[in-house]
Amino acid sequence: MSGRRSLYAMLGFVLAYALAAALVRNSYYQLMLTLVLVWACFGLGWNVLSGYTGLVSFGHAAFFGLGAYTTALGQAHFGWTPYVLIPIAAVLGGISGLAIGLPTFRLRGHYFALAMLAYPLALLYVFEWLGYQEVSLPMMRDNPLAYMQFSDNRAYTFIALGMLLGAMLLTRWVERNRFGMALLSIKQNEAAAEAAGINTYAWKLKAIALSGAIAAAVGAFYAVVLLVVTPVSVFGMLVSAQALVVTMFGGVGTVWGAVIGSAILIPVAEILHSELGSKLPGIQGVIYGAAVVTIILVAPEGLYWKVRDKLTRGRPADAPGFSPEHVPLKVPERPAVSDEVILEVRGLSKNFGGLKAVDDVSFKVRQGMILGIIGPNGAGKTTAFNLLNGFIAPSAGDVLLDGRSIRGLQPHQVCELGVGRTFQIMRPFMRMSVADNVVVGAYVRAASDAQARRLAGEAIERVGLSAVAQRVASQLTSKELRLMELARALAGQPRLLLLDETLAGLGQAESEEVLAVLRGLAAEDKTIVIIEHTMHLMVRLVDRFLVLDHGRVLAEGGPEEIIKNASVVEAYLGKKWSAKNA
Amino acid sequence: MAGLLTGSIYGLMCVGLALIFGVMRVINFAQGDFMMLGMYAAYYAAGLLGLEALFGRLGGPYVGILLAVPLLYLFGYLVHALLISRVSGTRTAALEGEGHYAQLILTLGIALVLTNGAQMIFGSVMAALRTPLTTAAWQIPLGVEISVFLNKSRTIAALVSVASILLISLFINRTRLGRLLRASADNALAATYMGIDVNRAHRIAFALGVAITALAGGLLATNYPFHPFVGLEYVIVMYAGVVLGGMGSIIGAFWGGLTIGLVQQLSTLVLPTQLQNSAIFVVFLLIIFLRPQGFFGRSAERT
Repeated sequence: MSGRRSLYAMLGFVLAYALAAALVRNSYYQLMLTLVLVWACFGLGWNVLSGYTGLVSFGHAAFFGLGAYTTALGQAHFGWTPYVLIPIAAVLGGISGLAIGLPTFRLRGHYFALAMLAYPLALLYVFEWLGYQEVSLPMMRDNPLAYMQFSDNRAYTFIALGMLLGAMLLTRWVERNRFGMALLSIKQNEAAAEAAGINTYAWKLKAIALSGAIAAAVGAFYAVVLLVVTPVSVFGMLVSAQALVVTMFGGVGTVWGAVIGSAILIPVAEILHSELGSKLPGIQGVIYGAAVVTIILVAPEGLYWKVRDKLTRGRPADAPGFSPEHVPLKVPERPAVSDEVILEVRGLSKNFGGLKAVDDVSFKVRQGMILGIIGPNGAGKTTAFNLLNGFIAPSAGDVLLDGRSIRGLQPHQVCELGVGRTFQIMRPFMRMSVADNVVVGAYVRAASDAQARRLAGEAIERVGLSAVAQRVASQLTSKELRLMELARALAGQPRLLLLDETLAGLGQAESEEVLAVLRGLAAEDKTIVIIEHTMHLMVRLVDRFLVLDHGRVLAEGGPEEIIKNASVVEAYLGKKWSAKNA
Repeated sequence: MAGLLTGSIYGLMCVGLALIFGVMRVINFAQGDFMMLGMYAAYYAAGLLGLEALFGRLGGPYVGILLAVPLLYLFGYLVHALLISRVSGTRTAALEGEGHYAQLILTLGIALVLTNGAQMIFGSVMAALRTPLTTAAWQIPLGVEISVFLNKSRTIAALVSVASILLISLFINRTRLGRLLRASADNALAATYMGIDVNRAHRIAFALGVAITALAGGLLATNYPFHPFVGLEYVIVMYAGVVLGGMGSIIGAFWGGLTIGLVQQLSTLVLPTQLQNSAIFVVFLLIIFLRPQGFFGRSAERT
């Protein structure tokens, strides 16, 4: 959805909802209208973290409950007004988000989800133990308005609507700047995001702080509406589940998902409960559960995406974007390789248990040169790259960039220092467009979003992908994906590029194209270290070879030297072959 | 001692869950509710089918538990065939986040249906599977003045649990079907290429996991009264145990469950009862942070 239109859609929705709410007289339905908004808002809070980063949290009740108890206790003990307490709750939510995130983000996937489960449940028992089994908000008969105690229930709906609009705008803002792009890239591929210069840990902390703040503010308001807070009603499993269910039902990773999910599920559940609850206790849960099961089988990514896919499928796919000739055919003259050493590796080693994956490797890379790293499978080439850009810490040895040690730095910090990297197994952000994929790599050098877009545009043009820049990555050919990864690495304006089997899986003609791009880069004085298997292509590209075998440096030298080297031939083709051709 | 006895039943529960998680990589939230169903199945099997008349008041409940196991196996088999298989196994490739979102919400939905359906059918009154042993105890003298009381039905339950675990590990390690499950767990794709029907392996693992947990549920029911909402309480205990033991390790899950049982019982000595459950979570979090791969798990991550 384009910028303006999505904003108008939001405002239109809020106005229509306000109008509808204003017309409802029945206090029960008024409460329901408020609750729809409360859960939608809570879902949006959850979505900021889990929807965008893909780290599923089962524990958002922790924030919700803390918020609810903030208002309940603040008003009961100190007589403060919710107008003050809700913002305080939001701040507390943000802080507890950081407190939870700091240790918990060390975990991934299932472990993260399960660890999050434990927080609200532990809090639940703690609050029970503290004796807060049931805290009611005192009625303030003297000055009800100052304490958000309205005689007209519609007032609550309007406040909730205001909060929802706030949450929606916040979500939209996140989605549209580098915050959202960083989170999405984490979801799609954390390693690639990190290598592209995204400080994933910091972004995740920001996300959970914001997410916790929204959830706590909603919880605080919820307490004001219901007037009674019990540990189970705010810290319980079902509260956490509510956030998950409404958002996943409606659609993950969009402003509208939680709103749609809540608008459908909450009224259904409430009405069933009030109509049939007395005759068939539990019917509400059964129908609710069945609805959830059905939707997940029919539209596993939520209603919003299902409908959107339906609507966009009708449109013809954009014209087959064959790029006529963006690839520079004439390769400019390369400047001579300078003497300046840009990267120096000293005695680098890595042991995995007893296995020496990289064993005492040393080499130097000079400014402007292309170094090819070759070796049989399992020789430790990719491990060496992972050591260079900080994915794994070396067991021994050092890596110097411009004479300064970069040992122990995180991948995004290495990227900041000017080292770009691509992966052997391609790690594109499959659901993002080419332009978005590449812009993720540009943030590390860009002060503003506009500048990042410009850098990304330049990088895309340089590898010759301008024609397909708006395509979703999943529609690209593998050559285009390789070039896109290259562009992502280039967008961060690196001086040194680490390319891991960039030509793997490409045909002869495609390889030539990629090769031409690489030569062009070298001509612009980029320094390149490339891992590759295809000797005949490498011989035409690189200035110098480094041959690894069983983690050790087997040989180093110019192309001619290397292809005549008996031990290299032996490592590659086996003893028999080298004996026969000796 | 009580901790060890309860712990071994917890261990059995955890093994059921670990089997599902280990083989399928699916976080199953409905596991607690499958266990609840196991409890009710044993209860009704013992009560309605007149087993008590047939096997006496002592044998009846235990035969009921044994009957519940194949019943729940069938149930698990069907749930997987009709629902779970559509968002797991070889179907995950097309889904966002490898289908984790879909699996979570699906099992949450199933859990909701089961809990509330059970409430509709069975009512929310506490039920209990009582045997004459529930209130009986063995007295084991330790020295002159000290002696330990062992509740008979708990002891039997614990013994049955340990025996079942041994059988399960024999099954997993020694039989052809067990090898098949291990292969599918290790690398589903490779297993597919080797001609293994991974979806079938998953179905068996799921059904077996449900049945094992149901057995644990039945055994637990001889000591603790239960109600339709009991699943939620135990699903957390189960996950704590499984994570503790190392996700994916089946024997590890047993030790994990055992530890959780012990921690729960020991914490009553030093902590007020309300904080007993908090202690579980604190231990759970500590373990996750200090040793996320658990006692017996391996971490496998590649760049």
